[in-house]
Amino acid sequence: MLDLALPAPRPKVIEGVTGPWEMVIGLEVHAQIASRAKLFSGASTEVGAEPNSQVSFVDAGMPGMLPVLNEGCIEQAVRTGLGLRARINLRSAFDRKNYFYPDLPQGYQISQLFHPLVGEGEVFVDMPGPSRRIVRIERIHVEQDAGKSIHDMDPALSFVDLNRTGVALMEIVSRPDIRSPEEAAAYVAKLRQIMRYLGTCDGDMQHGNLRADVNVSVCRPGDYEAGRWGTRCEIKNMNSLRFIQQAIDYEARRQIAILEDGGTVVQETRLYDPERGETRSMRSKEEAHDYRYFPDPDLLPLEIDQDWVDAIAASLPELPDAKKARFMAQYGLSDYDASVLTVEASDADYFEAVARGRDGKQAANWVINDLFGRLKKDGRSLADSPVSPDQLGRIIDLIADGSISGKIAKDLFEIVYTEGGDPVRIVEERGMRQVTDTAAIERAVDEVIAANPAQVEKAKTQPKLAGWFVGQVMKATGGKANPAAVNEIVARKLGL
Amino acid sequence: MAIDTDTARKIARLARIRVEEDRLPALAREFDAILGFVAQLEEVDVEGVEPMTSVTPMRLKRRPDVVTDGNRQAEVLLNAPDAREGFFAVPKVVE
Repeated sequence: MLDLALPAPRPKVIEGVTGPWEMVIGLEVHAQIASRAKLFSGASTEVGAEPNSQVSFVDAGMPGMLPVLNEGCIEQAVRTGLGLRARINLRSAFDRKNYFYPDLPQGYQISQLFHPLVGEGEVFVDMPGPSRRIVRIERIHVEQDAGKSIHDMDPALSFVDLNRTGVALMEIVSRPDIRSPEEAAAYVAKLRQIMRYLGTCDGDMQHGNLRADVNVSVCRPGDYEAGRWGTRCEIKNMNSLRFIQQAIDYEARRQIAILEDGGTVVQETRLYDPERGETRSMRSKEEAHDYRYFPDPDLLPLEIDQDWVDAIAASLPELPDAKKARFMAQYGLSDYDASVLTVEASDADYFEAVARGRDGKQAANWVINDLFGRLKKDGRSLADSPVSPDQLGRIIDLIADGSISGKIAKDLFEIVYTEGGDPVRIVEERGMRQVTDTAAIERAVDEVIAANPAQVEKAKTQPKLAGWFVGQVMKATGGKANPAAVNEIVARKLGL
Repeated sequence: MAIDTDTARKIARLARIRVEEDRLPALAREFDAILGFVAQLEEVDVEGVEPMTSVTPMRLKRRPDVVTDGNRQAEVLLNAPDAREGFFAVPKVVE
C-alpha cells in the first residue's frame, strides 16, 4: 500500500481586529443505519409510505410494549466501526435519554451514553496540498431516531408521522481535531463515502439520512496546541456539506466579534438558517438539556462475541483509502484521478472493468473526461450509463491497434453513447477506419500540394505552414488519415 | 443530598407533571426521604463488583432484520385526541 506520510493541513486563520484567530471543530454525525426493520421493532424503515403506516405499538410508545433488539442493525454498526478502524466493545448497554416532544411518543430516546458499542477509531481526511487531517473518532453509539413533525399543513396544528420513529441511527462522535470549515465538510464526505462502501448507510443527506451537529469554538494561534480552547457552541442538525461550511464560518466570526468586543461566548445550542446565512440561539432547548439519563431497565446489556466481530471484519470490502492507493500503484494514476475514480465503489468497479488488460491511464482519461463528463452534461448517473465498460473498452482497443485515431474515437464514443451498438462494427459499417496506407496518404498529400502552389512557396520560408497542409489532408480524408503518417509525409514532400 | 422546593419544581416540570406551589415543600421532603433511604446503599463496598443486571443468567433477546409489523395506522391513531389524514394532530410546536 502506498502510504505517504502527508503533512497536516494548516488551520484556517481568520484575521480579527485584534489579531489572528483559529477555530476548533468537532462533529456529531447521525447516520441512519441501512436496515429493513427498525432498531427495536419489526416495522419497516422504507421511505415514502402512508403516514403512521410503518409504526408498531413499540414505536408508538404504547404501555406494556417491550423493545426487542434488531441484530442486523448491530451488525451494521459494528461493520461501520471496523471500517473506521475503531475498537469494538464486546459489551455495551442501552440508556434512556428523557425529553418530551410530540414526535417522541415514548418520552425518551433509547441511546447508549455510558457504554457505547464502538470506541476510538480514526478517519483520514485528504485535503489539497496534498495534506491529510487525521480525525480521531471518540465513539459510535446506536440509538433510535424520532418521528417527523410537519408544521405547515394547518395554522394551529402540527402533524406528526411516526414512520421514522425507532429507525436505527449511528451517532459518530469525532474528537475536536478539525481546524477549518473545508476540513469539516471533507470529513463528513469521507464518512459518507466509507459508509456507502460498507453498505451501512445510504448517505442521503437531502432526506436527512445523514446529518451533523457541529461544535465550534475559537482560540488564538498556539492556544489549540496548548489546550486553551474557547467556549463552544453547538450548531444542530445540518444536512448539507455547503451549509456545514457556511454555518461554521459564520459561527466562528460571530464568536470572534463577541470576544473582540470584550464579551464572553455563552455555551449554547444554535440553529443555522441557510436563507439568512446565520446561526441563531435555540433558547427553548436549553431547559430540556437535563436528559436524566439512566440505564434502560427493559434491555439487558448487549454482549457480542469476538468470533462474530471477526467474521464481519473478514467480510469488509476494499475501502476507499486502500482502493485509491492501489489504483495509484497498480494503474499509475495520479492522486486526483484515483480520488475521482474511487468516490463511489460502483465508479471504481466500472473503471476496473474498462482498465482490465488495457492502459490504466488511458482508461482513466476516458472514464473521467469522456464518460463522466458526458453523463454530467445529461444529469445522468453511472448506473444508467448508455455505454457499458465493454463498449468503452472496445473503443480504447480500436485506438490502441491503430484502427481509429483519437479524434475519430471521440466521434465513435458519441455514436455509441447516443445510439448504442458494437464499436467494432460501427467503425466497419460507417467507414471510420483510419487510413494507415502510406500510398493513399501520399496521394492525398500530392493533391493538396498540386492545388496550392502559392502556399508551397510560402512554406519554404515559413515551416509552420506545414500544419496547414496537414489540416487540408485530414479534411480531404475525412479525418481518417493517421495523423503521424500525414505529418511525416507532408514534411518530406515539402522538403522541410 | 437535600432536595429543596426549587429542585422539586424543576423535576416536576421536567416530568411534565403539574404540582401546585403549596404542594412543593411536602414533595421535596418526600424526595429527600426516598433519596436518604437509597443513599444507605452507598455504605456498601462494591469495589470490583460487576453491576448485576439480571437475577437469572440471561442473554439480551434479539431478532433478525425482518419486517414483521406495521400497516396498522387506524389502531396506532385510535387513542389520539386528534388525528387528520393519517397524522397525529397536536397543538402547534414551533422551534
